[in-house]
Amino acid sequence: MKILTEHINVPGIETIDVFRKHGGYSAVEKALKKMTPDEVTEEVKKSGLRGRGGAGFPVGMKWSFLAKPEGVPRYLVCNADESEPGTFKDHYLMWKSPHTLIEGMIVSSYALGANTSYIYVRGELMYVVNILEKAIQECYDKGLLGKNILGSGYDLDLFVQPGGGAYICGEETALLESLEGKRGNPRNKPPFPAVKGLWQSPTVVNNVESIAATSWIVNNGGEEYAKIGIGRSTGTKLISASGHLRKPGVYEIPLGITVEDFIYADEWCGGIREGHKLKAVVAGGSSVPILPAELILKTANGENRLMTYESLSDGGFATGTMLGSGGFVVMDETTCIVHNTLTFGQFYHHESCGQCSPCREGTGWMDKVLHRIEHGKGREEDIDLLVDVAKKIEGNTICPLGDAAAWPVAAAIRHFRDEFEWHIRHPEKATQKGAVFMREGASWTK
Amino acid sequence: MKVTIDNITIEVEPGTTIMQAARQIGPEVAPPAMCYYEPLKASGGKCRGCLVKVTAGSEKDPRPMPKLVPSCITQVQEGMIVENTINEQVLETRKGIVEFLLLNHPLDCPICDQAGECHLQDFSFEHGVSKTRTVEERNTFEQVDLGDHIQLHMNRCILCYRCVYTADQITDGRVHGVMHRGDHAEISTYIEKAIDNDFSGNIIDVCPVGALTDKTYRFKNRVWFTKPVEAHCDCDKCSGNVTLWYRGEEVIRVTGRKNEWGEVKEFICNTCRFDRKKTSDWTIEGPSKVSRASVISANKYGANTIKPAFPIKQAAEQYKKIDDNRDRSFLAPQKQLN
Repeated sequence: MKILTEHINVPGIETIDVFRKHGGYSAVEKALKKMTPDEVTEEVKKSGLRGRGGAGFPVGMKWSFLAKPEGVPRYLVCNADESEPGTFKDHYLMWKSPHTLIEGMIVSSYALGANTSYIYVRGELMYVVNILEKAIQECYDKGLLGKNILGSGYDLDLFVQPGGGAYICGEETALLESLEGKRGNPRNKPPFPAVKGLWQSPTVVNNVESIAATSWIVNNGGEEYAKIGIGRSTGTKLISASGHLRKPGVYEIPLGITVEDFIYADEWCGGIREGHKLKAVVAGGSSVPILPAELILKTANGENRLMTYESLSDGGFATGTMLGSGGFVVMDETTCIVHNTLTFGQFYHHESCGQCSPCREGTGWMDKVLHRIEHGKGREEDIDLLVDVAKKIEGNTICPLGDAAAWPVAAAIRHFRDEFEWHIRHPEKATQKGAVFMREGASWTK
Repeated sequence: MKVTIDNITIEVEPGTTIMQAARQIGPEVAPPAMCYYEPLKASGGKCRGCLVKVTAGSEKDPRPMPKLVPSCITQVQEGMIVENTINEQVLETRKGIVEFLLLNHPLDCPICDQAGECHLQDFSFEHGVSKTRTVEERNTFEQVDLGDHIQLHMNRCILCYRCVYTADQITDGRVHGVMHRGDHAEISTYIEKAIDNDFSGNIIDVCPVGALTDKTYRFKNRVWFTKPVEAHCDCDKCSGNVTLWYRGEEVIRVTGRKNEWGEVKEFICNTCRFDRKKTSDWTIEGPSKVSRASVISANKYGANTIKPAFPIKQAAEQYKKIDDNRDRSFLAPQKQLN
């Protein structure tokens, strides 16, 4: 079952004519001509579609929170600042099939009553900006954007704004600050963007994938969408699979397949690369907790772990993780977890905006301590220090970047403490090139 | 609206923040504020020093809030119950915040002009621990001249953004701001441009640490040797209400008048601050009210006038542990501080 990527490999799908031949913009026609904005919102609510950017908040509910005071413009902002390490699904979708997103933008803007909408694209993806702008121009030419779209009386202007390439601008309020032309610092909440967002007006910020899915929902109905998936995890999800896999790439999966299937089935990733074994998985982008092989395949109760929001977070952070943005990073036994944690630590150190003290100082501190451990200068007490610093950052910051920096470090120590201890106790071995600790009796140890 | 902070209930106006309500009760329950500055709009929420636990959100919805909330930007609700100094989690978190703020701080108090009136000193004295857990090298920056009157020591800065808001809100045209990100972020005018306008000197007053210093006062004296006096003059740019800081007969510094929370009451112009340094320039009103907790009061009103009971108790505990024959009778309960 493919919703977003069904026609993605059709040659010329990035042009409006080919896209329309494959059913493109039928949702716009249906929504604008036959449905009221509230009916569109209602369908999205029925679909159970959850935000695909990481937090998994129901899209329909987010839309219904939007304040609608008279005489104040409302905005829809598409968050295409995909910068989570391990995640590259939005990039793929926009690059291959820009009209899929634009169609979703028109439908969603109509539902929200927004007459101006923005796509905020990560600065590194300048060529995607060009692709989107070309596609938007095509839409203006065909009367799908601009004044009185398809004679329905609804006006919409769509703009693409490239960011400066900061991870923090993927946080919705930092994104809005950046879109306003300011320094991308997250805002204090409340007020939430649904009340005071872009230029102090009510704003909805949604991920590319969430917005793209709305046009299928309009075409086929929310109930049809809700039939895909399990429980509260409905629909399909783009997973960016990377790491030591036979077939890494972007896959559109129906939510609810097992993790084991996703890693090993030939339909999906096709297993771990030749001659190696699965050691650990970061299931939802760098900020979610890392899990060792036995916990990613089965939950602590011995049930099969599924690719759903609920199943992946089963067991809380003690034995579970999160679906997050779907950045599925697979590591085999040649991966040093300490080195991996250091890489993540460096990333968050570099990307912290520096506004609030726990994140600003804490990320730098963790980076420095991890750097010492990795380079053979660790001390026994450093492990507990890292745990404590992570704990003091978590939950005490303005935006979730602090949590995102703290979780991977805390989880790596929770599940791979022996590896950190080995680094500290045997620096001469650990600092050798390619040296990796082999846990005795672990499933990945030969 | 009724709100309870540390078991003390107070009636406040709707729209009041937890911090303002706590300040109305008094300094015993007021959370520390490193970045929040009441006269500056949009300040606060950054240092996280004022995080408090809300054990009941409101009368209607008495569930506790899941995370600690910054008291400076959280508005009170009817029937809200807040725990500040009586909550272990809050105190533990504050220890962490002090640790974070001091992580890259040079701790050069002995040569810092702010020492004695430094909010970071107060904060770490009241909420910090005396030991450091870090062995890493601290981040350092070059000192920068921001024009004729102001010197920036970026090493000491805690990025509270107060000076940025000051420049935004009381001067015409801000030329400095925060560059870069994370712990390598710095206050800067980008290419070492001078900050030059009539009210730029106020960024020195709002700075909670010794990052922005008055070049006409640098290294001249220690705060605790000086005597603050209220004075005014007929100024065409500002209200002319200032505090003069005397050492003997000499005016060594002019600042705005501050309230008991260390916030400037009226911003003053650069002419008053930097150029009027003679007693004859001013009409003297009388000595400023100096808090007994201030270093200026120390040793002046009989011994042990410094109030914060908690650190004193802590010091006494440490002192008791020293194993020698010194006379420790003054630590006995009957002579304890009131």
